Amino acid sequence: MKLLIQNGRVICPETGHDAVADVLIEDGRIAGVGPGLSTSGAEVIDAAGLVVAPGFIDIHVHLREPGFEHAETIETGAQAAAAGGFTTVCCMPNTNPVNDSVTVTKYIVETARRKAAINVFPIGAITKGSNGEELASIGSMIAAGAVAISDDGKPVMNARVIRRAMETARALDIPVIEHCEDLNLSAGGDMHECDDSVRLGLRGIPSASEDVMVARDIILAELTGVRYHVAHISTKNAVAMVAYAKQRGLRVTAEATQHHIALDTGHMKPYDSAYKMKPPLRCEHDVKAVVDGVVSGAIDCLATDHAPHAGDDKMQEFERCPFGIIGLETALGVSLEVLVHSGLISLPRLIALYTSEPARVIGWKNELARGALKPGYVGDVTVFHPEYPWVYDVKNSLSKSSNTPFSGRTFQGGPILTIVGGQVVWRADGF
Amino acid sequence: MPKGLLGIEGIERDEIEQILERARAFQPHGGQTFAKVNTCTGRLVVNMFFENSTRTRSSFEIAAKRLGADTLSITASGSSVSKGESLVDTINTLVAMRPSAIVMRHAASGAPHFLSRHLTTPIVNAGDGTHEHPTQALLDARTILDRCGRLEGLRVAIIGDIAHSRVARSNIHLLAKFGVDLVLCGPPMLLPREMARVASGVTLEYDLRRAVKDADVIMMLRVQLERIHEPAMPAGEYFRFYGLRQEHMALARPDAIVMHPGPMNRGREISSEVADSQQSMILNQVENGVSVRMAVLERVLLQ
Ligand SMILES: [Zn+2]
Ligand SMILES: [Zn+2]
Repeated sequence: MKLLIQNGRVICPETGHDAVADVLIEDGRIAGVGPGLSTSGAEVIDAAGLVVAPGFIDIHVHLREPGFEHAETIETGAQAAAAGGFTTVCCMPNTNPVNDSVTVTKYIVETARRKAAINVFPIGAITKGSNGEELASIGSMIAAGAVAISDDGKPVMNARVIRRAMETARALDIPVIEHCEDLNLSAGGDMHECDDSVRLGLRGIPSASEDVMVARDIILAELTGVRYHVAHISTKNAVAMVAYAKQRGLRVTAEATQHHIALDTGHMKPYDSAYKMKPPLRCEHDVKAVVDGVVSGAIDCLATDHAPHAGDDKMQEFERCPFGIIGLETALGVSLEVLVHSGLISLPRLIALYTSEPARVIGWKNELARGALKPGYVGDVTVFHPEYPWVYDVKNSLSKSSNTPFSGRTFQGGPILTIVGGQVVWRADGF
Repeated sequence: MPKGLLGIEGIERDEIEQILERARAFQPHGGQTFAKVNTCTGRLVVNMFFENSTRTRSSFEIAAKRLGADTLSITASGSSVSKGESLVDTINTLVAMRPSAIVMRHAASGAPHFLSRHLTTPIVNAGDGTHEHPTQALLDARTILDRCGRLEGLRVAIIGDIAHSRVARSNIHLLAKFGVDLVLCGPPMLLPREMARVASGVTLEYDLRRAVKDADVIMMLRVQLERIHEPAMPAGEYFRFYGLRQEHMALARPDAIVMHPGPMNRGREISSEVADSQQSMILNQVENGVSVRMAVLERVLLQ
């Protein structure tokens, strides 16, 4: 089984490669990168004029299966991911039942193996039922294929419990991913606490609810020496604290979502649930700080926090509908617009934010090594056009849900081909 | 698309003036009742009250009937909303009845705004959560005009639970459009600093005596116990610091008036002495509620 991708602009941030070249995938692994590779016995794809990158990795998605299959399944979520150029996703454990045991972890791994077009790695819960009280079967879930732990959707409010989780994770050499929100400070809130929330009569979620948890966790990360990762960072103070922790040599990382770099409260259509998510869209100065953090490297990678909710659930009064938006299919378009076309970062740097950087956060090694076009690495490749204009119409989404504020938006550049283990799993119309 | 009335924030000053002017024509004279004008015969107004309010609902019903329109009132307990049907489904059912307008009261901020994106029937907001209550602000303005003859240049103090008050928000937007000097006063927990930036000419004051100093109008708000999710202060303490009493009236302008959107908690936010005084406009407000709602409904129904 050989696949040769010819004549594309091959960009691999990990190896520093950036030149027109061919990429050969053999038996599911990268076999070679270079000009004029032999076509003999290989299926050939012409990628002239396109960018050929390592397969994109999203370490923060919600696939809703088991338990909420009306909103998304592992199969449909993986299809949407493939359409967004992602070859690997890590799914959060807030399913029903919660992924807090080997049984659920194995169910996700098995279902993904049978039905998912791309690689799906489960993230195990930190605590049983994600209730924040008693540690889940962390070691067994990792042995069964989970790659990190998180109670995403909820924070671990009890500092002693998160300390014990960090000690466990440190011993297993996996990251702890925390959804940073002090529930007492954010209680009842529906949007960012600011002039707009007060004017609209909606209860606010103050920036402080994120800041105090990031501060607490960094202190405990120092105490335990764990690899600690901040999910969906959204405030100016949190970014500053992560930057400071890095400066001090702590193993602290963070991710930003496309919506937190592209939208602030001023973009919200009043009471439109497509703008309701956690953390909420923040003020302009927070968005600037998050973008600056991505540019400076204080923030390590980008993620979607793809959070599907079925139409009926989102079609409600703002203060009653659930938090979260989908994002797999728009991630590349949005981040090209905000970061690359604006001149803030280079194209190779953007690719790093979706490949080598998230791979480093999780720490994939040996036969799982991914995120680079290096011989021996998994044969996952994302081919995209960096500039062509297209309009995102959520009606054509491969996700089961359509909760997004980006529908109807025009992007410059997007995915063309998604290749997993040397197999084309998705291609753009007309290519 | 036909226009309803979702809030005061989004409408212009001249539109407000036209409504207030028309409302004056509907005011009853002497001991008479409201004139029946029958300008809206054959129109159907559906009152959807997802949150209980006999006062506001009756006021809208009387207003619609005085205009000659048919009315149908649905309250949450008697509707399918309580059976888990979504708001959109309920409204779709109603729209099939082809009403000319929907008057809507809802516990969620923005609920009428949400619906107006999915419906073409004009919606009159009769109070949405902690956001706006536009007809209350209009009737308050009518009441102030009746007594003071103008809005420009007045000093108006709004006192109480500002954070959770839709009455406060609508009044702030309306009065700011007329260049009123607005003072908001309440305990810090019920008066977020962001309120100062909701409209122009707004200042915050945490001391009741300073707030009512030289005021032409004092608007008291109800303490909304059902909306306060954490204990603010004991009732006695609240009255001590934020309850309006006769001694405060001496600090205001000699001809100052006192208003309250009701229902009042006597001895909690206002003393009976003040509530029943000559300066109290509380019953005038109720009466103006009908004439203002006639003006609003007529405007919506005849467009
Ligand atoms: Zn989260
Ligand atoms: Zn999430």
